[in-house]
Amino acid sequence: MTAPDDLQPGLEVLGVLADPVRRAAYRVVVAGDGAPVGREEVAAALGVGRTLAAFHLDKLVDAGLLDVSFARRSGRSGPGAGRPAKLYRRAVTEHAVSVPPRAYRFAAGLLAEAVERAGADAVLYDVAREHGRSAGAHGDLVEALEAQGYEPVREGDRIRLRNCPFHRLAEDFPPVVCGMNLALLQGLLEGTGWRAAIEPAGDDCCVVISKTNDG
Amino acid sequence: MDAGSATHHLAQLNVGRPVAPLDDPVMADFMAGLEPLNALADGTPGFVWRLTGDGEPDATGLRPFGPDIMVNMSVWTTVEALRGYVYRTAHLDSVRRRHEWFTHDGLDPYLVLWWIPAGTIPTLADAWERLDLLRRNGPGPDAFTLRQPYPAPV
Repeated sequence: MTAPDDLQPGLEVLGVLADPVRRAAYRVVVAGDGAPVGREEVAAALGVGRTLAAFHLDKLVDAGLLDVSFARRSGRSGPGAGRPAKLYRRAVTEHAVSVPPRAYRFAAGLLAEAVERAGADAVLYDVAREHGRSAGAHGDLVEALEAQGYEPVREGDRIRLRNCPFHRLAEDFPPVVCGMNLALLQGLLEGTGWRAAIEPAGDDCCVVISKTNDG
Repeated sequence: MDAGSATHHLAQLNVGRPVAPLDDPVMADFMAGLEPLNALADGTPGFVWRLTGDGEPDATGLRPFGPDIMVNMSVWTTVEALRGYVYRTAHLDSVRRRHEWFTHDGLDPYLVLWWIPAGTIPTLADAWERLDLLRRNGPGPDAFTLRQPYPAPV
């Protein structure tokens, strides 16, 4: 819930993204397959110097938008490999600012709990499947999934989804919300030759998409 | 088996009424999932123990709380370990489909968690009392849920 007095912390974090170069740096880190990214890669992608890239990346870390880890880059190890590189990846913490104050996530939690208590999962899944079907994955499937916020990564005959658009809600109500998400994707994939299944792994979305045998 | 070094372990009970006899086609996917999912649980870090019938691989033959009520009771080192197994493995799909196989009319809440001294095994009588405690008072330190867990006693 974002009451007027609560605006400041969210605005301070998200305000850090107002700078276009910094926002581009954030996008570079978030893009790809989710592996941590070094400042050299960000500098190269943006066409800026490593020092400037590092400056912006560290601002994003200070704001809590990126996390830092240290590791030797692939292909270099043992004596002479040098110091471990500082690597950046998206932080899991969510930030939202709403003007006027809105509390949709709170409402979503109440609705999810009601569905769970009523044992009405099947109704929710039907609704989600219908909405997925109307959205449809016409044209490029990966683009359609991107449009829904899933951050798909194509891996041969499978598509891994790096982002769960319902993350916090799914953590609070896993079967109801993951089932809803599965039904939504099943609707979206109808007639595409791809299928969705629950297959939780790591921090990814719990649904994995794969080619159907008859597709 | 990972007994860990903590003074307390987490006990878990859930109950349900199967919607059909276990050999009915409706229950086929549930029955087919038992062996692989139990094997997955047994190999999950933080798993300590689970209830099984005498000489049986699982608890599907037990009816301690009534002729139509099935039980599942287990012990884990932490809430996170149990949560990881229940929601972040293939087991999630079975949780999602639970209403195809079980009803919980008159049993709600049907899952309860509580802390036991490490190295002990929970009794079914205690488990039933914990479920009743949760039913009467809502989540608290002596009977709680995955959504509203309480820390282990110190």
